[in-house]
Amino acid sequence: MEEEATILDSKVLEVNMGPQHPSTHGVLRVKLKLDGERVLDAECIIGYLHRGVEKISENRSYIKCVPYYDRTDYIAAVSNVYGYLLGVEKLMGIEVPKRAQYIRIMMTEFNRISSHLLWLATHALDIGAMTIFLYCFREREEILKLFEALFGARLTTHAFRLGGLWKDLPPGFEQAARKFIDDFPYRVDEYEQILTKNRIWLDRTKGVGVISGEEAIEWGMSGPPLRGSTVAYDVRKARPYGGYEEFDFDIAVGENGDTYDRYLVRLQEMHQSRRIIQQVLDRLPEGSVHGKAPRIPKPPVGEYYSGIESPRGELGYYIVSDGSPQPFRVRIRPPTFVNLQTLRRLVKGHLVADVVALIGTLDIVLGEIDR
Amino acid sequence: MINFLRRIFFIDILKGLAVTFRYTYTKVYTEQYPKEKAKLAERYKGAPRLNNDPETGETLCIACDLCALICPEDLIVVGSQRDPETRKKVLTHYTFDTSRCLFCGLCQEVCPTNAIELTQDFELADYSRRSMVWDRERLETGWDRIEFGEDYHR
Repeated sequence: MEEEATILDSKVLEVNMGPQHPSTHGVLRVKLKLDGERVLDAECIIGYLHRGVEKISENRSYIKCVPYYDRTDYIAAVSNVYGYLLGVEKLMGIEVPKRAQYIRIMMTEFNRISSHLLWLATHALDIGAMTIFLYCFREREEILKLFEALFGARLTTHAFRLGGLWKDLPPGFEQAARKFIDDFPYRVDEYEQILTKNRIWLDRTKGVGVISGEEAIEWGMSGPPLRGSTVAYDVRKARPYGGYEEFDFDIAVGENGDTYDRYLVRLQEMHQSRRIIQQVLDRLPEGSVHGKAPRIPKPPVGEYYSGIESPRGELGYYIVSDGSPQPFRVRIRPPTFVNLQTLRRLVKGHLVADVVALIGTLDIVLGEIDR
Repeated sequence: MINFLRRIFFIDILKGLAVTFRYTYTKVYTEQYPKEKAKLAERYKGAPRLNNDPETGETLCIACDLCALICPEDLIVVGSQRDPETRKKVLTHYTFDTSRCLFCGLCQEVCPTNAIELTQDFELADYSRRSMVWDRERLETGWDRIEFGEDYHR
């Protein structure tokens, strides 16, 4: 390596952060070039969690490969299965009953809340707030209990089936869901009390990792990191899918595009998700939750791109069918894979401690990045 | 002056301790796991079980092989033989590899007789990979602690 002149006139130090670093949220390896505490350059090295989900799906029938998508983005498993199934349903022209559609939307929004709670918990923990971690997990536990009651699993839920759901809501589910969303605003207020005006939190997040709206679009960002940079783009509004056009909600937008704004955007999104769930519960129609789906689906020759708004951004499934019972190709467009590439751009000039905050603010899940 | 008095009488510490002691009398979230087991939902997808008919004690499995076909990991093996007299398929052996199971629940969905079922049992750890492959006997008898789920027939 060539010697470069630095402030202290010492050599540039190259340090590996990860893959076993607790704050990289998985097995991300970041090669940092340091001048003392200041980061000159960062290189993300991924692939430690590669399981070949896309290739596996080429060897399974359309129904069989669904549980594997739970394991790509395991924090938001419900959204992942939802995106894939929407694509297959569009390819085959399967009608989903109204009740099943509504329950699907409700559970995806619950998943968004639980994913954001986990993000807030770990992000705050990385920066040094321990209390918020326990508070968030308390609420997340309630959501996971709802998942367990409806889907039979807490994390890798295998939530939906082709054409509808596995089963209807269990008895007592609606009351439990209502109880949760009634309490929830007060819980978020509690988090805000701890963080929003906290001087340490402001020092650590304000002005850290600023990215403008145009630049964020050029990098192909999506989700809360994009919306934090003043761009009001949400797939749920831009290209409504699965019945989202019937519900009323706002897109949360930040002002400065820094870590603090991305935090505010996600808190706001939790409120909006709560609003959607409230609307679903208020006008949940009666009827069956099972659509007419063949036992061995054979979509006609064709291709379809289904993009949905996962908690992390635009999650896309590009499904190519050659008329056989197995997909010819399923390409997943993971939102955090695209968002992560901006890390290099964001960390330049910041301190090592800010790298932790910036990895946290992008809300990465390595299972999804490596697939 | 007020600040001085506050410091003398440990007002702030007492305030903090009041919060601590208040939480002593609220609901306890911790579960004493090995002593008391967590109460799981009716639909929980845990350890597999091969159900017997509660009246006759014979297996409910009709050896139709649907669970083996739907399994994404191909971990179920159903062995059957055709009875020469009744011309019916009879189950001879049944293995379930719990070490590779995704617990997706597809097998219990396709089963026409509710023979294979994923139960609320979650203690699946074992000492060897070999013993994680469950044979028919273990699937039938090993997990009789839990009642047949009522919710299952809905």
